[in-house]
Amino acid sequence: MPVEFDVRQHVLVPKHEILSKEKAREILKRYKISPHQLPIIRSSDPVVKAIGAKPDDILRITRNSPTAGRAIMYRYVIEE
Amino acid sequence: MVGVSPDTIKAEVRKLEEVVPEAVVKELEGSLLHVGRERAVTREQLGEIIESVKRAYVNAMVEPGEAVGTIAAQSIGEPGTQMTLRTFHYAGVAELNVTLGLPRLIEIIDARRVPSAALMTIYLKEKYARSKEKARAFAQKIEMTTIEDVVLQTETDLINIVFVPTLDRSRMQRRELTPSKVASAIKGALKVDALIDGNKLRIKPTTQSLSELRKLAAKVRALPLHGVKGINRVVVKMEGSEYVVYTEGSNFPEILTMPEVDWTRTVTNNIHEIEAVLGVEAARNAIINEAVKTLDEQGLDVDVRHIMMVADMMTTLGTMKQVGRHGISGEKASVLARASFEITTKHLFDACIHGESDRLNGIIENIIAGQPIPLGTGSVELAMRREGEGGRK
Repeated sequence: MPVEFDVRQHVLVPKHEILSKEKAREILKRYKISPHQLPIIRSSDPVVKAIGAKPDDILRITRNSPTAGRAIMYRYVIEE
Repeated sequence: MVGVSPDTIKAEVRKLEEVVPEAVVKELEGSLLHVGRERAVTREQLGEIIESVKRAYVNAMVEPGEAVGTIAAQSIGEPGTQMTLRTFHYAGVAELNVTLGLPRLIEIIDARRVPSAALMTIYLKEKYARSKEKARAFAQKIEMTTIEDVVLQTETDLINIVFVPTLDRSRMQRRELTPSKVASAIKGALKVDALIDGNKLRIKPTTQSLSELRKLAAKVRALPLHGVKGINRVVVKMEGSEYVVYTEGSNFPEILTMPEVDWTRTVTNNIHEIEAVLGVEAARNAIINEAVKTLDEQGLDVDVRHIMMVADMMTTLGTMKQVGRHGISGEKASVLARASFEITTKHLFDACIHGESDRLNGIIENIIAGQPIPLGTGSVELAMRREGEGGRK
């Protein structure tokens, strides 16, 4: 891939951010769940590599939703 | 009484964001500002409006225990009965072969590795998108060309054991090729001599045997001269104010790295390629886009929420999973649920061998067992702590 190519800028890719440990704990507490109950994203995922997330991180994904305008969801990074 | 100022409207409406999604907030703000310009809305009315919007939104939400999956299945399935069963169709002016209707929808939901008609939509960088010549040149560059495409006829000389293809000048010119270029490509790839004889090439196999000659002839015919692997046909089309390149066949990773391509917008209909290059979230979006496109084309109106739900289910495990035996249904936790779907005996035998147990937590298991199902009102249970057993008074 050439230097300028960046997965994050493709129209199909929503914004992924790594949550800080405190934020992540807060989210899990709010939904009363453990990380494994979140949807999963693999550490080999191109976007995970691009933002440098590690297994056990929780990502906040801000999707453009046709119904809600902007929808936030979370994914748990697992080792792959 | 004087109404509130637009600024207060904005500030008040913004407070809704915690409960109501952005799209609703924006719409409400838009229409309130429209009537609020003449200060026609009083503070009291504003509060009332906001409160009733909030109430309406909360009332419209899906309740816990609602069978959203079943509703989605029915909502997609019923219109599906009205779809064309005919697989192929030549789409309008572009004359590109696309899969339509039910077969395409099944392809998407089954998460097939290779779609039966792969198709890419390549957007070009501004410089190339404005000029027809440059777009054409790019299209020419990526179209896969084999020797067979520039050959008029072939002869197999069995006496001298040579393979003699006759090249077509005009076809070569269009692709900016010359006999010497073709000959050197053959030399480079197959390590055999190719002598140029006017418009003909004389290719001798390394060993003088007939079987060797036949093998060589097949290899020469299929030898790629230039282009991107997998891109079979290319069509350039004007779209709005720019030229867009459509291709039959798909090679997403390679096309994205080409300098002429606007890789932020270029897409393919091969969702597995999207997943590999752009990740699961992009694959989720691609599933939704493709499914909506297929349904729209047939004039069917299915709410996106159902499709979004299916796409979410297919991608929650980090990779794309089909809705079927090898995916969502095949990975259910309960043995009975899996056995009730397909290949019943295999699941039951395997479960016996591994000593699996079934906690009867799901719906299917409980229907089989003849118990109330954990759905809707069945999903709540009554528990009581009596006084003196650690419960509060």
